Amino acid sequence: MKHVKTLNLTSCVGNQSCE
Amino acid sequence: MGVQYLLTPAQRFLVPFFAETANNEKCHKTDRSQQGERSFVCYGKRGTVTVVHQYKNNGYNIVLDINSGAVHVVDDVTYDVIPLYQEKNKEEIVAELSGRYEDKEIAEAYDEVAALEAGGELFTEDEYEAYIDSFKNRPTVVKALCLHIAHDCNLACRYCFAEEGEYHGRRELMSYEVGKAALDFLIANSGNRRNLEVDFFGGEPLMNFQVVKDLVAYGRQQEKIHNKNFRFTLTTNGVLLNDDIMEFANREMANVVLSIDGRKEVHDFMRPFPKGAGSYDLIVPKFQKFAESRGQTNYYVRGTFTHYNLDFSRDVLHLADLGFQQISVEPVVAPETADYAIRKEDLPKLYEEYDKLAVEMIRREREGRGFHFFHFMIDLEGGPCVAKRLSGCGSGTEYLAVTPWGDLYPCHQFVGNEKFYMGNVYEGVKNTAIREQFRGCNVYAKEKCKSCFAKFYCSGGCAANSYNFHGDINNAYDIGCALQKKRIECAIMIKAALAE
Repeated sequence: MKHVKTLNLTSCVGNQSCE
Repeated sequence: MGVQYLLTPAQRFLVPFFAETANNEKCHKTDRSQQGERSFVCYGKRGTVTVVHQYKNNGYNIVLDINSGAVHVVDDVTYDVIPLYQEKNKEEIVAELSGRYEDKEIAEAYDEVAALEAGGELFTEDEYEAYIDSFKNRPTVVKALCLHIAHDCNLACRYCFAEEGEYHGRRELMSYEVGKAALDFLIANSGNRRNLEVDFFGGEPLMNFQVVKDLVAYGRQQEKIHNKNFRFTLTTNGVLLNDDIMEFANREMANVVLSIDGRKEVHDFMRPFPKGAGSYDLIVPKFQKFAESRGQTNYYVRGTFTHYNLDFSRDVLHLADLGFQQISVEPVVAPETADYAIRKEDLPKLYEEYDKLAVEMIRREREGRGFHFFHFMIDLEGGPCVAKRLSGCGSGTEYLAVTPWGDLYPCHQFVGNEKFYMGNVYEGVKNTAIREQFRGCNVYAKEKCKSCFAKFYCSGGCAANSYNFHGDINNAYDIGCALQKKRIECAIMIKAALAE
């Protein structure tokens, strides 16, 4: 795309991975 | 089609003006000329709410499609097409923007926005509310315990929610027998789950280090018998830290949290010994050695900033300059009456500080001397599933705190509040009503969170903070929300910058 660049849906969540 | 603009954190304290849309529905806007940011909710064709958040930061135009998690960096024309896209057709948008951009550019941007929508990466509808209802009714197991190994402390930190470790009660060290019963409780209530987390917490855990060692040994023995894997963590203020403890922790602790607030004058003002002397000079060399001995990984230096150091980015960078690579410096959560509490009027300064920190982190990363900042860590490509993102931290169901006497509470922040007493490690959870209350605590149970752009990154915030400020775990602590949104914006901007 010319105008858009797409970059990419216990805890105490944003950085957690299932792994 | 009505468009309701919501306020971004930076705009929240500006005076909004009101305009009328073409069909006379009320349209709530803010003056973009002051901030150049906007967040909006569009009502989709079938009446379901779709949410897009777009903002400018450090020269980047960023568009977050909330419900898919897609993040786009766009040029100016696309940034201006997006808010018009669901209101007007292509010709109308070209006509409206033709004074500012070439018609061909506007048409191209429109087509790209349409392609993103068709691909499920923009204007994605929120279809998760019914889904989370079924998820919250699932059976849960206990995954983690926070062991209050010492309700005692050798420092007298001004902001400590544990009140010098006492948690509104008396000083006490957890006995080996209580700790052993806690590990037995965890094993018995963890179902088929293999990985179990045990946090040694306080007060100051090293004031009861022999019991820590004995419980780790017991856990290692039991994990073989029950096919479990204990992941132990330790939090310490560093006062009693020595080479033997470091060696033990490096062998047994999956993570250690080292409490330090930043610059010497900041740290010593908030974290003195009971007689008033500062603790910075004693702990810094030990923490530096500890971090190096762990290969600069699997630890955090963790600080708290308050009203007295609103320029906290300097504390973060001070810690980085001391050689630490895993850093968390977090806003104090305190009653509004506390002199050190973060106030609403502090927010613009704090936003500025997060922006400054983000820019400096990008610079250092490009120079090969980057570091991690806990609240800017965001996984755009991986990260957990929707169910986890919407259901929160697990407190009260999957995670429980254990007092030195073996009493159970939903998390360490609720310890000492008898309304949240759940049972004990010998008899298990007796007050199941509290567990059910926490099981139902999710993003869609909170009116403030339902349409918030940050909901998939904060999961509705901290139940304890909500309770402390609103008397209800299904609300949200407003200053915490404002700062969380700002941090997410900065974290995504860093990703955009480093993707170049």
